[in-house]
Amino acid sequence: MKSTHIRQILSQAITLGMVVSSALIIWKGLICITGSESPVVVVLSGSMEPGFKRGDLLFLYMNKDPIRTGQIVVFNDGRDIPIVHRVIEVHERRDSKEADILTKGDANDDDDRMLYASNRQWLQQKHIMGRAVWFLPYVGWFTIIMTEKPVIKYILVGALGLLVITSKG
Amino acid sequence: MHSFGYRLNGLLTFSVTILAIMCAIASLSDNLNTPSPSAEIQVMNINWFQKQPQGNDEVSLTMNISADLQTLFTWNTKQLFIFVAAEYETPKNSLNQVSLWDAIIPAKEHAKFWIHTSNKYRFVDQGNNLRGKEFNLTLHWHVMPKTGKMFADKIVLTGYSFPEEYR
Repeated sequence: MKSTHIRQILSQAITLGMVVSSALIIWKGLICITGSESPVVVVLSGSMEPGFKRGDLLFLYMNKDPIRTGQIVVFNDGRDIPIVHRVIEVHERRDSKEADILTKGDANDDDDRMLYASNRQWLQQKHIMGRAVWFLPYVGWFTIIMTEKPVIKYILVGALGLLVITSKG
Repeated sequence: MHSFGYRLNGLLTFSVTILAIMCAIASLSDNLNTPSPSAEIQVMNINWFQKQPQGNDEVSLTMNISADLQTLFTWNTKQLFIFVAAEYETPKNSLNQVSLWDAIIPAKEHAKFWIHTSNKYRFVDQGNNLRGKEFNLTLHWHVMPKTGKMFADKIVLTGYSFPEEYR
């Protein structure tokens, strides 16, 4: 009796471990395929309305193609959260192919200069984490709720744990 | 096997899968569209053209922009984000792109338009290279779908140039 019980627990633990590692594999795979450190972002502010609303989900893609005006980019130049805005100015150096980049949210009147860290006047290619290429509305609300109301996260994890334990194989 | 938890799990998985497939089909249908946009931009006036205290050229101009972008709209299109950018090269920079004006077109009815406007955003060079320089004006459009793949394209109009002297 006891050894069967232990086997059951072990098998459930292994199943849980496999679910977690599958999720990790998918996530890391996405990072590789899209070339971006964060291949999926949730829109957190209303600065790109009416195109993107808070809670929308954006899929990013990054490659060595040069940044050009009009592209919707996600950038992080040393602040806590990445920002999704549109490129409105590009000045590309003839010699080094480095570029000075200026961004602005569609719904904002002013460009993002005030937002750039440490008195920076321009963004560089290295601050760009990806270009937004695909879009799903509303799906990101799940993440926002989980982040802003952690209680729900705990309830969900608890319920999932309960489901795994009470399942009979 | 028939507990409430299992049924709920099965239902949720099924509905999420169906929604994902519907979104993918909606986005794929955009590929069936063959757009034929057209645009024209006239520079009506160079309002002023000065060298700023920090040494950078700045210009203010008035443009007449007319375009017909109706064929870009599909049933999966939420809005069109359009902007006009000036493109030119300088000794230091192989490419400069400066956005001068932008607008959001929310529906097909508004996609055929005509507007007389001065540049919404400041046109400042990195340096003082603009006198007598030739530049292109490009009208870009960015199709933002209700769901799925976003795509963008542009029309390049050539033959514009700055005055030889500041004014």
